[in-house]
Amino acid sequence: MPTTNAPNTLREGPDENGHFGIFGGRYVAETLMPLVLDVENAWKTAKSDPIFWSELEYYRKHYIGRPSPLYFASRLTDYFQGAKLYFKRDELNHTGAHKINNVMGQALIARRMGKTKIIAETGAGQHGVATATACALFNLECEVFMGAEDVIRQKPNVDRMRLLGAKVHSVTSGSATLKDAMNEALRYWVSKADTHFYIIGTVAGPHPYPQMVRDFQCIIGEETKEQMFEAEGKLPDTLVACIGGGSNAIGLFHPFLDDDVEIIGVEAAGLGISTKQHAASLTGGRPGVLHGNRTYLLQDNDGQITEAHSISAGLDYPGIGPEHSWLFETGRIEYVSATDNEALEAFSLCSKLEGIIPALEPSHALAYIKNIISSLPKNHIIVMNMCGRGDKDLEAVIPRLEEMDLL
Amino acid sequence: MKTYNEDRLKLLFENLKKEKRGGLGIFIAASDPNLEISLEILERLPQAGADMIELGMPFSDPMADGPTIQAASLRALKSGGSLKRTLEMVKKFRENDTKTPLVLMGYYNPIYNFGVKNFLIKAIKAGVDGLIIVDLPPEEDGELCLPAQKYNLPFIRLTAPTSDGERLPTILKNASGFIYYVSIMGITGTQSIATQNVQNAVKELKKHTGLPIAVGFGIKTRKDVADVTSFSDAAIVGSAIVNVIEQSLDSNGEGSDKTVADVLALVRDLAAGVRNKKIA
Ligand SMILES: Cc1ncc(COP(=O)(O)O)c(C=O)c1O
Repeated sequence: MPTTNAPNTLREGPDENGHFGIFGGRYVAETLMPLVLDVENAWKTAKSDPIFWSELEYYRKHYIGRPSPLYFASRLTDYFQGAKLYFKRDELNHTGAHKINNVMGQALIARRMGKTKIIAETGAGQHGVATATACALFNLECEVFMGAEDVIRQKPNVDRMRLLGAKVHSVTSGSATLKDAMNEALRYWVSKADTHFYIIGTVAGPHPYPQMVRDFQCIIGEETKEQMFEAEGKLPDTLVACIGGGSNAIGLFHPFLDDDVEIIGVEAAGLGISTKQHAASLTGGRPGVLHGNRTYLLQDNDGQITEAHSISAGLDYPGIGPEHSWLFETGRIEYVSATDNEALEAFSLCSKLEGIIPALEPSHALAYIKNIISSLPKNHIIVMNMCGRGDKDLEAVIPRLEEMDLL
Repeated sequence: MKTYNEDRLKLLFENLKKEKRGGLGIFIAASDPNLEISLEILERLPQAGADMIELGMPFSDPMADGPTIQAASLRALKSGGSLKRTLEMVKKFRENDTKTPLVLMGYYNPIYNFGVKNFLIKAIKAGVDGLIIVDLPPEEDGELCLPAQKYNLPFIRLTAPTSDGERLPTILKNASGFIYYVSIMGITGTQSIATQNVQNAVKELKKHTGLPIAVGFGIKTRKDVADVTSFSDAAIVGSAIVNVIEQSLDSNGEGSDKTVADVLALVRDLAAGVRNKKIA
């Protein structure tokens, strides 16, 4: 169970209305409000119930396969000739990414609420697969909303979801990617209030989702802390994670927010920040309101949300979780970005040197590490969240690597 | 501070009472399918029988709207629609019509982006009579509802079939203008209303508020309008109007004189519903 924090901590947010500073909140239609309040109440009750946490602990251990290893990436470390690099291996979780950490928690809450049907949005398909998996396990009906573009570029995951018994809705509205999938899931939820629970896949959406999802993902950072003390007898110096909505990142970062540790989030720079073809909401956006919360968004002069671009479907979102916006403005976390091409190079390098095929998303984190690691001293320790494995990306990646002569 | 000092909504509902009938509210998205046609429709709505106008402020991500109004929003944006342009449309409309209440309906982000104070001042100056902002529930009243109140501009609240006796006081606390009862659990344009349920809900709602009650979402036909206004103060028709716009577009997606004519014909038909004329 999460412990209460001492005063003067960066870890106690949000307030009771879901605000992290000016970010977060509950910007949803009145038709959705009762549903959101129900989820909040169920979450509050579950959170203070030891039985809930021991049940979750059971599935973490026996089903997801936690704890995930903290692995010293020795060949990459040798290759870079600088700081020591560790991977938190959440790609080894059942279903191949960190998404299942959150899904198991929310699925248990849905069950407690007596809901029999689950909806979810998905970008890369990892959250969709994780949700379909939990639904198979708990005998819940599952419907996943996925942008039509993503249905094409993440086909293996579409097949997996279908195999697991989920119905995949291909969303053609708007730009037919993750943000539209989320719009559609919210629209659908309104009309199915009595029976359906909406499992949001990242630290976005209206309160309590950003907080709830974070708390379920914090297991990543909590384990890392323990494992690092075991391996090195101290805290790491730098944490690095990629940011789509920001759930794997906040999961790793949050338990370290009050510690003397440098923290870096890596957004997707797509074709480059200056091209506007990117998904870096903090680097290239400004505050606005979408999907139930105030946060940094990619938008035009009129406040219309613009399309994000990233080779990684999981990062291709024009927003970011509200807590990250707050941590950005307070300066506690540094947010940087990596381009499609840099991520592809890291994808190839990691596969060849470590025998780990990373997902395109954490390849962005590695791409940034590549820029800084060689200039850091040998006793400096970096932990990167290897939050997903890359099998799902091969179809998109292989032709690009061939082009770049990296295969 | 230049506050709102018109009473168009209040006068409308008083007049409707005198005339012993409900009102007809018509929704169009500003700049759908383009500025010129949209403005012409807007200017001619009152004469065709619209008692009140809801002008949609186009948004890229209309979370509470079905495919019909989503498409309208995108058409509007594609033709260059923006919040600034919507306010200019209102100003133009007010040059010839000082009586018909016009409320803006939409989502918060373009307003937040515009600046709340700037928006309120410009909206009041243009001749706006109220705001319906879908994604601002009472929990976020500090954003726009309370600032609007400071400027005396009605902030119209939505209530839903799920708004029970426990929730209603929260919703009604800072409500003004009228109450917009969302008659279906869902998004715009997807279902038809179940009149009996709506009637019961409106009756219940009247126990909690003295404000006029308008019913919207899922009202499509003259009969719907007649039924709904037999127990509420106004019926609001949106997707059915927007559908007619969509149907009238040529193969390039362009509107024409036919667009205006078709919309006005439907409005005349619906207007007969609130005036208790026999259905032909
Ligand atoms: C492997 C992987 N990493 C990262 C992300 C991005 O999400 P978040 O930033 O919430 O971790 C996704 C999303 O689909 C993913 O599949």
